[in-house]
Amino acid sequence: MYRQDEFDQTFLAERVAEFRDQVGRRLAGALTEDEFRPLRLMNGVYLQLHAYMLRVGIPYGTLSSAQMRVLAHIARRYDRGYGHFTTRQNIQYNWIKLEEMPDVLADLSLVGLHGIQTSGNCVRNVTTDQWAGVALDEIEDPRLWGEIIRQHTTLHPEFSFLPRKFKIAITAAPHDRAAIAVHDIGLRLYRNDAGETGFEVMVGGGLGRTPFLAKTIKPFLHKRDILSYIEAVLRVYNQFGRRDNIYKARIKILVHDLGAEAFAKEVEAEWQPIKDGSLALDPVAVADIASRFIYPDYEKLENNPPELTAAKARDRAFAIWYENSVAAHKVPGYSIVTISLKPVGIPPGDATAEQMDIVADLADRYGFGEIRVGHEQNLVLPHIAQRDLLAVWEVLNKAELATPNVNLASDIIACPGLDYCSLANARSIPVALELTKRFRDMERTRGLGRLHINISGCINACGHHHVGHIGLLGVEKNGEEFYQITLAGRADEKAQLGQLLGPAVAYDKIADTIEQIVSVYVDLRERDDEIFIDTVQRVGIDAFKERIYATH
Amino acid sequence: MTAPEQKKLKISGPVVITANRLADGAVVYRLADGSWSVDITGAAVTRTADEASKWLAAAATDGNVAVGAYVAPVTHDDQGRAGPGNLRERIRATGPTVDLPTIRHN
Repeated sequence: MYRQDEFDQTFLAERVAEFRDQVGRRLAGALTEDEFRPLRLMNGVYLQLHAYMLRVGIPYGTLSSAQMRVLAHIARRYDRGYGHFTTRQNIQYNWIKLEEMPDVLADLSLVGLHGIQTSGNCVRNVTTDQWAGVALDEIEDPRLWGEIIRQHTTLHPEFSFLPRKFKIAITAAPHDRAAIAVHDIGLRLYRNDAGETGFEVMVGGGLGRTPFLAKTIKPFLHKRDILSYIEAVLRVYNQFGRRDNIYKARIKILVHDLGAEAFAKEVEAEWQPIKDGSLALDPVAVADIASRFIYPDYEKLENNPPELTAAKARDRAFAIWYENSVAAHKVPGYSIVTISLKPVGIPPGDATAEQMDIVADLADRYGFGEIRVGHEQNLVLPHIAQRDLLAVWEVLNKAELATPNVNLASDIIACPGLDYCSLANARSIPVALELTKRFRDMERTRGLGRLHINISGCINACGHHHVGHIGLLGVEKNGEEFYQITLAGRADEKAQLGQLLGPAVAYDKIADTIEQIVSVYVDLRERDDEIFIDTVQRVGIDAFKERIYATH
Repeated sequence: MTAPEQKKLKISGPVVITANRLADGAVVYRLADGSWSVDITGAAVTRTADEASKWLAAAATDGNVAVGAYVAPVTHDDQGRAGPGNLRERIRATGPTVDLPTIRHN
């Protein structure tokens, strides 16, 4: 966990007071909506279909149990008893009254949380691997760099009015769980042949209307240069990014139009004069920030303790959950537990206040008080002793937080869609709910193996449909909802954009069509362990197209 | 360049003026007397673009009560009651089409 300092707390208190004054003036009619809108957006307050929506940033997806309890309190006291965890490791509340918003932000500020830079054309929450600091395959904890970037880009005056929003993701493991290739800047921390660790810098990735995968513009960047190099990228973007057309304003369009090589040259020219200046990272300052990350005082334990082996042998449901939702930890005797927020019938990513409190209690009792949010809209308890897994599972299971479907067909990523969002053209959640129902037979769903279904209710792609193994994009045709289907997208280290399967499918046919696609996969796979994406890659999308549309 | 309010409004059926209430964001509809109600059934309905434009302009001056006013399609029954005219408006009028997660857990 990162401990904030007094500066952070004083700043947040001042910011809440400022926003309270702004809300007061708006409600009294002293500010017009045009004057107030940018002020509320700078605090993460949107106006959606039914009500105001507050987006609260969760830096690099890490929460303390105390923060989670405050999130539960907000849900209970000011909202309708739940919150929605998003693909950007944040949480959104859907029903908060504007007149109560300053009180909400005041409560959040007591645990260091806020909505600053969760909206607007600025650098948004830096996201990372939800297993950061505990993953077996990572070379070091990437959150240190997330925090350094967060500190530098928060309220950075030069980058508060970029052409468009700007998202940075970091991974430090060969297996990319942070989807870095679909971010404005993707950073991959790795060790080069000389044994030094540094970043591969990728730019210009993104989904939305015009999806692109990020291109590498710096194969190896020393850590000391991370801030100066990001500064150079942002300056080039700020100068050349398009402001005349919102649909062409993201950095991905600039990188595409200029070409990655020319873009890299511009960055290099901007970077050389500043690289050895004040942004060159001072090891003392880095060490100071690193020292504010508190790591658990792990016990010396062995892997696979007898009580775990016995519990797995005794309880089949526990064994199935263990197989699906528990991952290896870098410290012997500990495990990483993923908490599925995708039970049958519940919108993906939604958690009730009671569930948030239960997770906070489990984190305190068994997990050093720490919780993570993953971009797949699930939660994580990152440090659970293996001897405690059964006890943790029993509590999760009672709270409907132990559906063993992580990375399976019913672990669906979905945006709020037309049920909540004023930008959406079609609903996402009911489609996700119908699919989780179709894939509720876990025996069958486990047999299908890893399968990511991602659903967006409009072209803005908050549900990451382009990088789903199966992606669904909701569109509206003559007042009816239809869904375009793409296959073979992926967001990991082999990231690629999905290919369009064929004409869009009507709302009432979409779940049947997905089931057909899955049946075709089962027919075509070479072995039981050839996962969906590999089958599509091997046989090509046409093999699916022919079989799916032949019956329509 | 044409400002949005100067664009010619095109409508093809009964419409009302709707917005979100400033204080809490609730969906509201404009009544014949110019006040706002959360109940769509009594909303003032018109079928002409001229009248809708006039009402919209009047609603825009009411920005300290209702925010983001726009013209929305409605159904209009024999008793003069308005109802949402498309899926988006149905969702705005009656809420998400799915149960909230708290329903199952309470």
